[in-house]
Amino acid sequence: MPESGLGIPTTDQSAVVGMEHTPPQRISLLIAVALFVWTTSFSFYWMGLFAVDALVNPNSEVLIHAIFVMLGVMALLPAVPLLKAIGGIPKRAKAIKLNDLAEGRYVAATSKEDALVTLGFSGGILIIGALLWFATTNDAAISTTFLNPEYIAKSWTGITSAFWINVQVAVGAEIIVLVSGLVIAIMRLLPGRPGRPLRLIATIYVDVFRAIPSIIVIYLVGFGLAIAQVPFFKDLPPTVLAIFALALTYTGYVAEVYRAGLESIHPSQWSAARSLGLSYSATLRSVIIPQAFRRMIPPLLNDFIGLQKDTALIGIMGVIDAFMQSRIYASSDFNLSPVIVVAIVFVIATIPQARFVDSLIARDQRRQKASAG
Amino acid sequence: MAFLNIKDVHKSYGETKVLDGVSISVDKHEVVCLIGASGSGKSTLLMCINSLQPVNSGEILLDGDRVTGRGVDVNRLRKNVGMVFQSYNLFPHMSVLENLILAPRKVLGLKRDEAEAQALEFLGKVGMEAKVKSYPDQLSGGQQQRVAIVRAMCMRPQALLLDEITAALDPELVGDVLQIVRTLATEGMTMVLATHEMGFAREVASQVCFLHQGKILERGKPEDIFENPQEERTRQFLARVLASGRL
Repeated sequence: MPESGLGIPTTDQSAVVGMEHTPPQRISLLIAVALFVWTTSFSFYWMGLFAVDALVNPNSEVLIHAIFVMLGVMALLPAVPLLKAIGGIPKRAKAIKLNDLAEGRYVAATSKEDALVTLGFSGGILIIGALLWFATTNDAAISTTFLNPEYIAKSWTGITSAFWINVQVAVGAEIIVLVSGLVIAIMRLLPGRPGRPLRLIATIYVDVFRAIPSIIVIYLVGFGLAIAQVPFFKDLPPTVLAIFALALTYTGYVAEVYRAGLESIHPSQWSAARSLGLSYSATLRSVIIPQAFRRMIPPLLNDFIGLQKDTALIGIMGVIDAFMQSRIYASSDFNLSPVIVVAIVFVIATIPQARFVDSLIARDQRRQKASAG
Repeated sequence: MAFLNIKDVHKSYGETKVLDGVSISVDKHEVVCLIGASGSGKSTLLMCINSLQPVNSGEILLDGDRVTGRGVDVNRLRKNVGMVFQSYNLFPHMSVLENLILAPRKVLGLKRDEAEAQALEFLGKVGMEAKVKSYPDQLSGGQQQRVAIVRAMCMRPQALLLDEITAALDPELVGDVLQIVRTLATEGMTMVLATHEMGFAREVASQVCFLHQGKILERGKPEDIFENPQEERTRQFLARVLASGRL
């Protein structure tokens, strides 16, 4: 075997007579599976639609029937790529016969892609069909327990107005946390020997309050301060105590977000700023914090979403928030639909924020790509 | 008396000895080139001169005043000694102009219009006035490094420390940056530069120091070091640089 100058053996070029050409891939089995999954999902979906139609349309109104039929027809859509995929089978065979392997590979790959599209859509339809079917089993016990339109309508106003308590507590706690988190973060970052005691205290604070479940903090603050007759705190209304309790817990989380953000700025930025004669605090203010702030926003909003959800816990200290209100409705009517209403309200309040966070992260990634490229 | 006097400086990072008794004296208007392999201590020495790293022992005197150890007014020191880094280190969230006026305003107390006028004048000298509103990530490496040199010059320093400022640049961009340093040298700026550009060092240096494992093994005029090196290590180093086609 010949060797290159570096002593690495290379292939003997004269020995390569003719490379094997790749034949088109097999597609029949995949198409058969796609056909099977689509027919199954189609029947499941129609069964589910029938059951729901029977449930919501006891008077057999034609218009509602028509809507359900239209929903059913949508399940025919995956048949389009499936038919195209099936059409690929004879084309592939013909190309092989003519020894046009490139054309055969192209046809096979296209058919495979179409069959996979059918599979994907059929999977979605299957899941929706199963959910519909599940919701209507046991004489529709699931949907009447959780999704009773009567109880939903009855409780909607009461719950949405009680939700303002949740909003107030969340916003109040978030404002406090923005400041207190920064204080704890800066304490944790204090340099040298003089900073050691404060650094230690801040570290313990973060460790402790991230470890205690927030429901326990709410419980202890809500009842403990009043029982112990702590001056000032014993006279505060429960809503304010709730804000205070949630702020205690989330200060720990947000302090870590700030700290991670400040530490993520490369040390060379410190060197550059200090070498120009800027002081420690001027460097922090003009160079480090503005760069860190942009990186902190997504994790900060993530923690805020967590905080907003934890406002559903403040009912245990006697505040009538949306969740507590829904439980009052639920227990008087012995039906859980009002609780679903709270869940929906939380979803409505959270989704825009989650999308906002996603778009911020995406923008940051684009920026990084742009500067790397 | 020498403008910058480095006396027997020792520096370790933990167990690793980086500088092992380095002494150099730099007169006003002198250009000192530090050469040597990566890890020989060139960058650390520059960082120590600017107090970005504390020294373990020995002392550094600037214009007769001690600038190492406790109680040094580091901000006054840095006002007088500018530094330019291998990776430019411009502030990415600020435009070129903002990069150039931040320190003159905050440290020298210039008014905004004075600082801007000075920045524009210096940018013009390096042919970058068109980029005044650009952000660093919109500039090429060579352009960023030219802005970084201007940023240091905007503090009107008495001396400049240049830490391998062309090492991260594409070869065709090196010339523009070196031309600026050449101009500064002819204008009499006192400079200490760590560099791998031997041809350039030979051209501008008044003194060349060869560092090896934290010690200065050989020093002298550029023609002596490059044409008639006395130490075996220096000869080996220069031979390797020659083999890489950079001499």
